[in-house]
Amino acid sequence: MTELVRTENLHKQFGDLKVLKGINLTVNAGETVVLLGSSGSGKSTLLRCINFMEIPTSGSVYVNGEAVGQEHKGKTKYNEGDLCKLRARVGMVFQHFNLFPHMTVLQNVMEGQLTVLKRSKSDAKEKSMTQLERVGLADKADTYPSHLSGGQKQRVAIARALAMDPDVMLFDEVTSALDPELVGEVLKTMRQLADEGMTMICVTHELGFAYHVANRVLFIHEGTIHEEGDPQQVLRNPETTRMKEFLEGHALFKLPEKTAP
Amino acid sequence: MDYNWDFNSVFQNWPAFWVGLQGTLLMFGVTATLGMSGGFIIGVMRYIKHPLAAWPARAFVEIFRNIPVLVQIIWFYYAFPILTGIETSPFLAAVLGISLNTMAFSAEIYRAGIQSIDKGQWEAGKAIGMNFQQSLRRIIMPVAIKRVLPALTNRGIEVFKMSTLASVVAYVETLNQAKLIADLNYNPIESYTAVAIIFFVVLFPIVQATYAIERVLKRGN
Repeated sequence: MTELVRTENLHKQFGDLKVLKGINLTVNAGETVVLLGSSGSGKSTLLRCINFMEIPTSGSVYVNGEAVGQEHKGKTKYNEGDLCKLRARVGMVFQHFNLFPHMTVLQNVMEGQLTVLKRSKSDAKEKSMTQLERVGLADKADTYPSHLSGGQKQRVAIARALAMDPDVMLFDEVTSALDPELVGEVLKTMRQLADEGMTMICVTHELGFAYHVANRVLFIHEGTIHEEGDPQQVLRNPETTRMKEFLEGHALFKLPEKTAP
Repeated sequence: MDYNWDFNSVFQNWPAFWVGLQGTLLMFGVTATLGMSGGFIIGVMRYIKHPLAAWPARAFVEIFRNIPVLVQIIWFYYAFPILTGIETSPFLAAVLGISLNTMAFSAEIYRAGIQSIDKGQWEAGKAIGMNFQQSLRRIIMPVAIKRVLPALTNRGIEVFKMSTLASVVAYVETLNQAKLIADLNYNPIESYTAVAIIFFVVLFPIVQATYAIERVLKRGN
């Protein structure tokens, strides 16, 4: 298997607050990795360090085997132009969609292709329509985001990221701001992507998604990878007390299993 | 009060008023363009957290916002040439005074507009590989401009009216021409009333037009 993303001893500090304390993570092509953890554990920061929305304090990130940044006197320097190129190859979807309100759905999906990738208008349009079909929203191409439901907005955001032909997709709690009844359509789209072989790193609280779709689950606690493994294994039988507590917290108000009649 | 209005002297001097109005329009065009484009750059500099950009911009805004335009025009006309040896024409002195003040005020308007945009919009631009300028141009400003259009319109009206301050250094504009006509014809009441009417007649339709533009822009969302 080819390695797509690797972090080496990744640290991130905000002022005095150490959020990441040495993360070593490898994600192979075609893998779906889910990051779990309670709020403040550092899982979102880890995700945001991979495409340099946050600049790591120390440590290295490799995307497609290439180290990001240049070594200079023992410190890694990051050139803004290089980071822009990197981000164009790494798709990211946010909790709050962040669609561009002054553009139609189609324009949203075309924007990065036109401005960043300098594709021709017709190419960008064709590509955008393909991606909108993929997320089931081709009929909404000329609609403005304000007329869409949360679930539809999030699927447009996914199409916008996919239209850049990313090597890997990052999902940052993409269902957390949705009404419960809309969560399913977004998870379905993500599952379809995973099945099609997209490499994905997802921060989510949807344990069911992790269980059924992920190849690997990482439990982040206090800035380190506290426990990791096969989802069927770690979600059912966690080894560490901290992860056990975390999962119990999630299962507090679960519907009881149906008893056979 | 039984004053006999006699606008004949005003109509007879219409060519002189027209020359003045042209001067007013020229002053407005130049100062509004310089002020609002320069203000944009300073507003963005104020927004960027980098101290090399933010501090000079802050200083600029505070200086030119807190000195009366009239004082600036007089200073650029009388004091500036003595200090620097560079002669300033009435036109140049007035352009400097009004534009610098307009830059300072509109910088704050642009900054407020940019700051009002959700951080997530910057992040979305960044995430698809856009740099700062691309995000600003394609994502942030189109929305921010709509939001600050009423404030910018107000500023524009203010700039138009501030052009009369240039009369203090004898720049040829409407008020200055009216003063000449009043002195020659002994008709200050009619002359200055004519100035008031001219300004209202020119500005009112423009303001109505900007309201219409705002409505059209709002429909986009």
